[in-house]
Amino acid sequence: MWAFIHKLGSPKWFYDISERLQPWFWAAAAMLILVGSVWGLAFAPADYQQGNSFRIIYVHVPAAFLAQSIFVGMALAAVVFMVWKIKVADMAAAVMAPLGAAMTFIALFSGAVWGLPTWGTWWMWDARLTSMLILLFLYFGVIALRGAFASRDSGSRAASVLAMVGVVNIPIIKYSVDWWYTLHQPASFTITSRPSMPAEMWWPLLLMVLGFYSFFIALTLMRTRSEILRRESNKRWVRDLAREEG
Amino acid sequence: MTPKRKQRLFVILGLVSLAAIAVGLTLYALRANINLFFSPIQIAAGEAPIERQIRAGGMVKEGSVSRNPDSLDVEFVITDFVEELDVHYSGILPDLFREGQGVVVVGKLSESGHFRADQVLAKHDENYMPSEVAEALEAAGYSPSDYADKYTGMKVEGAD
Repeated sequence: MWAFIHKLGSPKWFYDISERLQPWFWAAAAMLILVGSVWGLAFAPADYQQGNSFRIIYVHVPAAFLAQSIFVGMALAAVVFMVWKIKVADMAAAVMAPLGAAMTFIALFSGAVWGLPTWGTWWMWDARLTSMLILLFLYFGVIALRGAFASRDSGSRAASVLAMVGVVNIPIIKYSVDWWYTLHQPASFTITSRPSMPAEMWWPLLLMVLGFYSFFIALTLMRTRSEILRRESNKRWVRDLAREEG
Repeated sequence: MTPKRKQRLFVILGLVSLAAIAVGLTLYALRANINLFFSPIQIAAGEAPIERQIRAGGMVKEGSVSRNPDSLDVEFVITDFVEELDVHYSGILPDLFREGQGVVVVGKLSESGHFRADQVLAKHDENYMPSEVAEALEAAGYSPSDYADKYTGMKVEGAD
């Protein structure tokens, strides 16, 4: 167990294992998103109240899931980096931030597009929407802090601290719809309870959520690999690799 | 774990707990302002300010909507099944506005307890279903919200 974790912390070992894992996640992401979106957008039935505009759920919910999960992942990587000084964890945290920010933006944007016809407004300062906007700014803050220092190590530490502290916002986003009166309705898609929609609407949503997660893992592996090469470019194994590639 | 690592871990845990406490206390202090709207119970209890822009929310009472055939004026009652609030509105209602549906109205409360809305927003619940299912439920004498109520009791909230 410990040996495995120590190996995971070695850039070279991570570089090798991620090369083998990567294609599987890319294939899973492509399959799931393709099947899920065709099923959800073309074949799933329209909602009895909202008609076809409910289909935005197939982008909105997976993006919102990822936006929050990526922040938690980034914070965990930050803890590993700060406590055990494992550099691969910091590289992974660095490449996760832009994708998380993009997912947060997609969730906010698709929510606005959806809110206009159903609620009658594209934006409302309710607790769910506002806490999600704060998440977007936290992502921007993490990205900016990392770049704001002359030395990479100071930037990494500052970004890690903000990621760890910012994780406080995640439970607020999740429970905002239960703690306060909000315009946003409570969660429809949960893993722990009976779905609040019939199977022919729920299955494509599940596929999309899994597809988005696979995409996130595949992209993070790929970008961490290039980050490893960039930061370890003066190491012997990287130079050997470059010589082999020619 | 080496003592140094343990120390760093405790510093981080302390930092995060302090941040959580600070945010938690702030949210607790602001709880009245974070709520998006006043419920009819709160308005009946006099918690809402008079003649100031506020938001009120509740269900549109069944059978309470009356439209003026010559204009866009509409009157309806919103309720939380305890207290009721009369609302006047002039304008276009959102697609999801209907009796029995949750709404949030933005406007001013008058001295006499009437609400003049400048904007009506529809709230919708977390349940989705195909129209055939909704029609079949209605034909069998149930409303789609009955179907929803059956399961909300056992719901555990997740991220959405």
